Amino acid sequence: MEHDHQELPSDPALRVMALESLLVEKGLVDPAALDALIDTYENKIGPRNGARVVARAWLNHAFKERLLADASSAVAELGYVSQGREHLVVVENTPERHNLVVCTLCSCYPWPVLGLPPVWYKSAPYRSRAVIDPRGVLREFGLDVDETVEIRVWDSTSEMRYLVLPERPAGTEGMGEDELAALVTRDAMIGTAKVRAGGAPR
Amino acid sequence: MNGVHDMGGMHGMGPIAPEADEPVFHEPWEGRVFALYRATAALGKWNIDAGRHARERIPPADYLRMSYYEKWLDGLITLLRETGLVTSAELKSGRPAPDAAKKTPPLTADKVAPMLAEGRWFERPVNTPPRFAIGQAVRAKKINPTGHARLPRYARGSIGIIDRLHGAHVFPDSNAHFHGESPQHLYSVRFSARELWGEAAAARDGVYIDLWEDYLEPA
Repeated sequence: MEHDHQELPSDPALRVMALESLLVEKGLVDPAALDALIDTYENKIGPRNGARVVARAWLNHAFKERLLADASSAVAELGYVSQGREHLVVVENTPERHNLVVCTLCSCYPWPVLGLPPVWYKSAPYRSRAVIDPRGVLREFGLDVDETVEIRVWDSTSEMRYLVLPERPAGTEGMGEDELAALVTRDAMIGTAKVRAGGAPR
Repeated sequence: MNGVHDMGGMHGMGPIAPEADEPVFHEPWEGRVFALYRATAALGKWNIDAGRHARERIPPADYLRMSYYEKWLDGLITLLRETGLVTSAELKSGRPAPDAAKKTPPLTADKVAPMLAEGRWFERPVNTPPRFAIGQAVRAKKINPTGHARLPRYARGSIGIIDRLHGAHVFPDSNAHFHGESPQHLYSVRFSARELWGEAAAARDGVYIDLWEDYLEPA
C-alpha cells in the first residue's frame, strides 16, 4: 500500500496549514467552522461536565440509580453540549471495587463528559500496561490499591464509553453540588485517582 | 489487523508521563487537525471505523514515533486521498486541480453546535435475538483478520463471562471497509486477570472488553 505523504512539508504545523488552505480552496471546509470546533473543545466541553454528573449522583440517589442503569439517558438530562444520546456506561467505585478505563486499541474516551483525553491516556505506556498491570499503573499515579480490593479495567473497544463514579470522600457532608463538583478531578473519573475532600492536584 | 496499535499487554513502552495543567491542544496546529478531521468527516465519505483503520495502517515504526495528532493528520490525508476528495497532485502542489469545481462546505460555523448536540449513536435494530446471555461463559475466538477488527490480541482464545448486553451495534470489521454497517449484538465480557495473564495476576481483578457476537463462541 502506498504510504508516502511527503507531498506536504514535513513540519506538522506547515503541513496542516498547507492542507487547510487546500481544503478551503476546494470548498470542502469552512475555516469559521474549524474555529467553532476548536473553541467548543477548548472552552465548552471538558471534565467539569463529568464532575457535575458525579456530584449530582452523590447527592441524588434516584439520579445515581438512573445513571448506573442507563447513563446515556441520565446524562442527557443535564443538557450539555452533546444533548443527544451518546453511548455511556458509568461504573461505580466502592470500598471493595476500583474501576479503571483505558482504550488499548486507540484513544476512545467519553468526550461529552470529559472533553478530549490527556496525552498520557492516548500514549503507548498507558494503553499497553493498564490491562496487564493495573496495580502498577495506579501506583505510578500514586494510588496504592489494597489487594483485597477488586480492580475492574474497562477496555473501550466499542462505541460504548466508560466513566468512573468515584467514591464520595469523607468530610464532604453538607456540601452542595457546586462545591462537590469542584473536588472531582478528571483522573478520578478515569480511575487513576481518588477524590479527596481537600481537592487534588489533577 | 495485527498492528502495533493493538498494544494491550505489551511491555517496554516506558513510564506514564502525566502533565500538570495540560492544555487541550499543545500547539495551534493540533486544534486545526482535530477540527479539519471533524469538518471533513461531515462530508460523509467515511465513517468512524474507516477513520480508525486509516490510523492503524500507519507503518509501525511511524505509529510509535508520531505524536497523537500527527497520526490524525496522517490518517486524514489517507482518507482524503482514498475517498478521492483530494488527489496526490493537489497535495503536492497545494492547489486545487485547475478543472476542479469548487464545492460548498457542508459544515459551517452555525452547524457545529447542532451537530455536536445531535450526539452519536451506533445501536441499530436487528431481527435476531442475542446468542449469549448474561452469566454465560464464552471464548473469544482465535482469529487474525487482516482488515479492521476490535478484538484485542490479548483476549483471543481466552474464556470470559457475559457481563452485560449493549444491544446490536454497527460492526466495525464490515463498516471500516465500506461493506455496510452489518449490526450485530455487542456484549461486555468479563475476563479474569488470571485467565488473561496467568497465575501471577491478582485473583480478584478482571478486564471487561466490549466484544461483538462474531468474536465469540460458547465456551
